[in-house]
Amino acid sequence: MSEDVLVIGGGVAGIQAALDLGDRGLRVHLVEKKPSIGGTMALLDKTFPTNDCSICILAPKMNECAAHPNITIHTYSEVLSMEGKPGNFKVKVLKKARLVNETKCTGCGDCMRKCPAKVPNEYNQNLDERRAIYMPFPQAVPRKATIDKEHCIYVIKEKCGACKKVCKAGAVDFEQKDQEIGLNVGAMIIAVGLSIYDPSHLTEYGYGRYPNVHTSMEYERLICASGPTGGHLECEPDKRQPKRMAFIPCVGSRDVRPGGCSYCCSVCCMLSTKDAMLAREHYDDIESFIFYSDLRTSGKGAHEYMERAKKDYGVTFIHGKPGDIQENPETGELMVSYTDEQNGKITNLKVDFVVLSTAIMPADDAQKLARVTGVDTGPDRFFKAHNCQTHPTDTTMPGIFVAGYCESPKDVTESVIQASGAAARAAETISRLRRLEK
Amino acid sequence: MKRAPDNPASNETRIGVFICDCGTNIAGFVDVPALVEYAKTLPNVVFVQENMYTCSDAGITEIKKGIKEHNLNRVIVASCTPRTHAPLFMSTCEASGLNKYLFEFVNIRDQCSWVHMKEPDKGTQKAKDLIRMGVAKAILLEPREELEAPVEPSSLVIGGGIAGLSVAGSLAEQGFKVHLVEKEKELGGMLRFVDKLFPNDIEAKEVLDSVIGKAEESGRVTVHLSSTVKDVSGYIGNFEVGIVRNDGGTNETVKIGTIIIATGSEAYKPVGLYGYGSLPGVITQLELEGRLREDGLKKPRAVVMIQCVGARGQHVSYCSKICCMVALKNARQIKKKFPKAEIYIFHRGMQTSGHRNEAYYLKAREEGIHFIHFEAENPPEVSASDNQLHVGVYSPTLRRKVDVDCDLVVLSTPQVHHEDGKQIAQMVKVPIGQEGFFFEAHSKLRPVDFATDGVFLCGTARGPAAVGESVQQAFAVASRAAIPMARGKVGAEAITAQVDVDICSGCGECEGVCPYNAISLKTHENRQVAEVNPLLCKGCGMCVPSCPTRAIKQWGFTDNQLVSQVLEATESDLALDEPNIVGFCCNWCSYAGADMAGVSRYQYPPNIRIVRTMCSGRVDPIWIIRAFMEGADGVFVSGCHPGDCHYITGNNFTEERMRRLRKSISDYGIDPRRLRLEWISASEGNRFADLVSEFTEEIKKLGPSPLRELKQRRSIDVKET
Repeated sequence: MSEDVLVIGGGVAGIQAALDLGDRGLRVHLVEKKPSIGGTMALLDKTFPTNDCSICILAPKMNECAAHPNITIHTYSEVLSMEGKPGNFKVKVLKKARLVNETKCTGCGDCMRKCPAKVPNEYNQNLDERRAIYMPFPQAVPRKATIDKEHCIYVIKEKCGACKKVCKAGAVDFEQKDQEIGLNVGAMIIAVGLSIYDPSHLTEYGYGRYPNVHTSMEYERLICASGPTGGHLECEPDKRQPKRMAFIPCVGSRDVRPGGCSYCCSVCCMLSTKDAMLAREHYDDIESFIFYSDLRTSGKGAHEYMERAKKDYGVTFIHGKPGDIQENPETGELMVSYTDEQNGKITNLKVDFVVLSTAIMPADDAQKLARVTGVDTGPDRFFKAHNCQTHPTDTTMPGIFVAGYCESPKDVTESVIQASGAAARAAETISRLRRLEK
Repeated sequence: MKRAPDNPASNETRIGVFICDCGTNIAGFVDVPALVEYAKTLPNVVFVQENMYTCSDAGITEIKKGIKEHNLNRVIVASCTPRTHAPLFMSTCEASGLNKYLFEFVNIRDQCSWVHMKEPDKGTQKAKDLIRMGVAKAILLEPREELEAPVEPSSLVIGGGIAGLSVAGSLAEQGFKVHLVEKEKELGGMLRFVDKLFPNDIEAKEVLDSVIGKAEESGRVTVHLSSTVKDVSGYIGNFEVGIVRNDGGTNETVKIGTIIIATGSEAYKPVGLYGYGSLPGVITQLELEGRLREDGLKKPRAVVMIQCVGARGQHVSYCSKICCMVALKNARQIKKKFPKAEIYIFHRGMQTSGHRNEAYYLKAREEGIHFIHFEAENPPEVSASDNQLHVGVYSPTLRRKVDVDCDLVVLSTPQVHHEDGKQIAQMVKVPIGQEGFFFEAHSKLRPVDFATDGVFLCGTARGPAAVGESVQQAFAVASRAAIPMARGKVGAEAITAQVDVDICSGCGECEGVCPYNAISLKTHENRQVAEVNPLLCKGCGMCVPSCPTRAIKQWGFTDNQLVSQVLEATESDLALDEPNIVGFCCNWCSYAGADMAGVSRYQYPPNIRIVRTMCSGRVDPIWIIRAFMEGADGVFVSGCHPGDCHYITGNNFTEERMRRLRKSISDYGIDPRRLRLEWISASEGNRFADLVSEFTEEIKKLGPSPLRELKQRRSIDVKET
């Protein structure tokens, strides 16, 4: 039998599970599809309810993973197939070619400065540009460059090669091929995380048409010091600093219309509260309004956090979901229409910046992974827990466990808890099989 | 500050200072380039660098590069708090071949940029002072090697409810022995009184039976019923715990490696609210569970459930998280039994987060349960007449008052902490948060760990939680607690005490002070001297100030190192009308409280410069006298609340020493109000900020210390001559 554990997904849940297992002496393979581990938490500016800087508390864990003698990280990799049973799963992993030799690359960034091909930067929610050869963010682990084959001029036209010329380490390798790796593991943990709902088709809020309407994920990058604007909020068309902001949770969630997610994403009330607090921390003169349906602040310290937002940060909470937003095309100002509970009348609130807390769904490739592993998912595409009371981290397949948002909506704390829980269940599986072997 | 004397045997002291921007968390409020230029002027500093994020892979690489290229033998990182980031930077030094005890941390984020956001100049000035203090200590650091201790591969689980049972079951399955202690005469905790469980409506009994079954089958769980825990001693890997029978059975002492607190919570009894206790027919959800379980519910015509009774600003400030779901579940159970009954839920926003709970809520709506929203300022009113209950409330959504006649009013009350939690906390030496629940090491990254190694937390003792969540936390604990037990050993931090036998008079004073029995008297060259067992020493340092001949030193917190910090703190360029305050904070409570003030952005005046010790019991009165002599206007000593000391008795000594010291300083003409002792817990960021603000104000009123004025005059005299 194999006593190794495969963890699929390198976000905070996958990292926590890998560290727990590695620390107790089991060998771990951590597979991440992106060029760096870190997941969604690496995109966030701050995290509620303590407003800790997200990357500041995540980066040490990422580095710990990379330096861990028991953890092998496979980034830019995907699980292709799986067969077998607990104690003996045979897994094929596709390690995509970075076109950069990971051993040689020092992460100096010279190639990124020389590369002429500019590409929308997905880490910054496409609000600025990166190059075709890139590292997704400054704290990336591993700190290795990756060539985006879709946009690399050399890959497309066999011209350029600027990165290769400038790389003193000789790490750029256009001949590098995708590789298939075979792993033999005793247990698996799925922690593939989440994807974000695209609100473009919700015409009532004008996202995509009005430049001053943003998603909460865009806002995370805009308010972040390492984001595309260096942490400055700007309004179109004149780049002025916003004075009044509206935050709208439940956009695409708790929405029973076709295309919507009927469920509550469990984090958006707190996320909007945090967003409004951050705006006030950046600008003393900013006024914020949060339009809520039910204010769901039920985690440890959550209700107190919301009270502080009201008292110390001057955030106004308005009960009711806005029906419509209209833009003044000349000034870029936005009229948010909602029903005032006090008098039942349609009321307009003039703001210059709107943040939509969009629905959060299981990761795009969760379904594919469910097919590959034979694990069941529910109607909302979340991985089904075997028994949500007694075995909340077990999937419907023995030896395969689940953690983080892809199991059910949850925040960072709950993801970390579930990840450690999944690690315990994986360790139980290994211990039981070890005893049976004897 | 004096340069370190060059040691001909080794190299000169070469310090590298790495100053972190932390994105804009530091650089947005503190002038980091100015800090860099300033640090370059400090003695023995040969290399200074600004990093966007020192803790990132890039930042770590820069430290390694700096050590190599500049031949550094001391490293200082000026960034956040040692409580979260010291291990990372210490291991970075180690990876570069530098002894990790030659690393020093300076906290310019939690103590400067985040708490002096509106005074960037003063925040920058304070950051310079803190860096200078760090350099002074770094010059005096010495390399150390760590000792290892074995770990007993067994756990003590306190509490036999669903959380404790789940931990026990998992640890046993992983191969570890477990002692499960339950104060009642049967297992099961709160779930014994519950009917069904949301969101799948299975019987609570079924869940309990399966979890108890797993724990029992393993053969590795010893259940101690009708028992409580007494006398916890030792440390991670080597705890000794007394288990006392409450029913006259035999007491036992067990040796275990880890401790798990799973003591659960209680349902709040809403006596006096909404007629509870006076009007018949007004009951709590837990009482309703009992009636549902035993089929004791008479057919009602109408039922009103009121949410947040005693919660969210009433008896407790928090949202108890599960009461909305409990109400929905019980409402649906009643509806199933009595389809004609009208059921109303009066709520302040339904807390049904997540996909399972929201689907459950939607089902309840489809089944015809009525939901009436109310606001905290306008709570429902309950009255009774003609054998009928009446509930009225103003609904802002409907913009009118809603009146309902019913025969049952069910109050949803929050989960509140157990009264005996405090006692357990004191015994195991772990903190309790503001709401009376146990307080974890870090809300996001270490949600089921305590700051104390080897002690863990799960279930509703941590805060309100549903069954699935409690079990999730239990499995998480089963992973965290297994780590040291699976490894079989733990490293002891090399910050232990050591006796210089040449100076020791063998008086035995230190032996009486040490709470860990780590010090004993031994014969050395025909006389009695004290000896410290480094494996038992926990590194609090409270024995050091107790020694009349000053024969004891604590590695990493030596008198020289800490006095050098005190001297630099008093060298600040603060204007005479700005009080110069030296603070002493203990690592576990008050320093953590200062960190909490930082992450919470509680602002306080930038006059205090903090020196960190492991325990307030390490704070030597001589340092304080030194601080006053060098012109400090005030000294702020802080530690854990009485009974909460991480090192059991350290703060008792602090209190006694400060009491005596206050008398001595007044003999020297220093107003005793200039010396302040306060207790601040790890969760009390607001208290830290308030006390420091208030103390600074008080010192301002007292005016500059006479010794500071003297110092100032002398320095002017020196300059003029």
